[in-house]
Amino acid sequence: MIPALVVFGYLAVVLGIGLFAGRGRGGDAEDYFLAGRTIGPVVFLLSLFGTNMTAFSILGASGHAFANGIVTYGLMASSSALIIPLGIFLIGTRLWALGKRHGFMTPVQMFRDRWECGHIGTVIFAVQAVLLIPYIVIAVMGGGTTLRAVSSGLVPYWLGGAVVSLVVMGYVFFGGMRGTAWVNTFQTVLFLSFGAIAVVVIARGMGGFSSAMEALLASPSTAPLLTRERVSPLYFLSYTFIPLSSLAFPHIGIFCLTAKKLSHFRKTVVLYPLCMLAIWLPSVFLGLVANKAVDLPAIRTKVEARATLATQGPTLSPERRAELRAASSGDDVILKLVEGYAPLWLASLLGAAVMAAVMASDSQILALSTMFTEDVFAFYGGAARFGPAVQVTTGRIFVIVLTVVAYAIAMSAPQSIFDIASQYAFAGYSALSPLLIAALFWQKSTKWGALAVALWTAAAVAGVAILQSVVPAPGPGLSVAVLSLGGVDVVSRIASGTTVLGLLPVVPMTLISALLMFVVSSLTPSSRPAPATLIRYNV
Amino acid sequence: MQAALAALVTAFVYLLHQDFWFWRSARPLVFGFLPIGLFYHAAYTAGISVFMWFMVHRFWPAHLEESHGE
Repeated sequence: MIPALVVFGYLAVVLGIGLFAGRGRGGDAEDYFLAGRTIGPVVFLLSLFGTNMTAFSILGASGHAFANGIVTYGLMASSSALIIPLGIFLIGTRLWALGKRHGFMTPVQMFRDRWECGHIGTVIFAVQAVLLIPYIVIAVMGGGTTLRAVSSGLVPYWLGGAVVSLVVMGYVFFGGMRGTAWVNTFQTVLFLSFGAIAVVVIARGMGGFSSAMEALLASPSTAPLLTRERVSPLYFLSYTFIPLSSLAFPHIGIFCLTAKKLSHFRKTVVLYPLCMLAIWLPSVFLGLVANKAVDLPAIRTKVEARATLATQGPTLSPERRAELRAASSGDDVILKLVEGYAPLWLASLLGAAVMAAVMASDSQILALSTMFTEDVFAFYGGAARFGPAVQVTTGRIFVIVLTVVAYAIAMSAPQSIFDIASQYAFAGYSALSPLLIAALFWQKSTKWGALAVALWTAAAVAGVAILQSVVPAPGPGLSVAVLSLGGVDVVSRIASGTTVLGLLPVVPMTLISALLMFVVSSLTPSSRPAPATLIRYNV
Repeated sequence: MQAALAALVTAFVYLLHQDFWFWRSARPLVFGFLPIGLFYHAAYTAGISVFMWFMVHRFWPAHLEESHGE
């Protein structure tokens, strides 16, 4: 019960931070949605980093490493540590300058101005919004699951989801961007503290890591986890396309507009990789070492389920395979390690850190609210007709409506659907990244090229999601050809998703998106914006 | 010229991510417990911080600052 009380204490603290951030503020839209573009360097770094950290960074990463080994770090952490700061350096700085100069509050506002379009901007808004919603729904589900787990079932799933939704809604509603940024900063400090402490405490509990590593190397079933031999270099390469998504995430783009000075970006891009290291290395390493913690019954059950799946997978029914896959899931291995080896105080701290991770939807909720009020309400005349105070009120009402809808969906839909949706939302946002690159760096791009990118992204994400729903996942290490041409498997279904010519779908999605931008823009030169517009974008 | 140099350095750092040379090696275990492939990518991540410091000092878009009186 003590961990549950610590988590409730944590929820009270973040709500308090949000309320404090919002006190005495006026009804100015720029102040509510962008913190008046006055965020300082420390909050800018920690909050931007926290915004990119989701439940996956702590729980998912260790779960992936539990099943796949050290490759997890190279697939997800070191690639993001390069692409994200580089994107902030090249794109974030320019977004900031254009936002400051022309008063933009969302990426769609910039697209509309850059390509002299109206309704095409609305299409881009719709695609961005649809791709963001699964994250918000999953956060509600994660909140319900985590509160139920840390309270040993005393807090039911529906109540846990409701409590987390109300807390996030509360500090976003009252604190706006300032409250969200402060809470994200607090959460990031919690993540950063937890990783190192957890490694030290679990190492002591396991009697040191050296013997565990030697034991893993000695077993043929676990030795490959310490190398990358189970993954092809092509598959590894294709993962570097995933972090392109963070450039196109509206909540990241909008957050870049909040910095008080451009110089705040300097420290952020230099320190960002070190923050990645501090969080991901402990998560991945602990996930790996959990394979040797079979003295803990919960982890032994997972290892046994995985062994059964590996040895008997092809002979089992799809339902049995799905059961075993769920039983072997490692998303809670860090929780189990801490439960088994750490004192109660650390387990309590972990509960709060996990809660911080699953509550990462705050930025998405605020971004959707900003986008709705700016890109739809204000664009279609609402702000001019009713004034800026009503605009902020509309944003706040949207926060409530979005929270209620997300909660209702989370309580009625199976999580697997949203797992798939969020998995391919990353790919979708990567496929949208050519929009930003073309808007900022290619003067010949046109609104029709932008429309082609948006429509292609929507169609590709839907296509992959439908394919994965229709074609069941085969066992580990197996591949089912879905589309073959001339004896070559073009599209295949594998245990972890889908591949196209051995690559993740994100690669063809992004490359085709860039190609469409180039081809369609080249075919529509008469739609290029006026020279006066292009001069404004010569940054 | 400046842009070409920045692109070249970036491409080199990107290629270093594809470390096929440690693909099938677990040993040596750095500090007695960290597989070499994981240690390489951890060191690579720290190295990116140095790379970004270089980019900031060499290719900082100062014109964006100047237009806002910083």
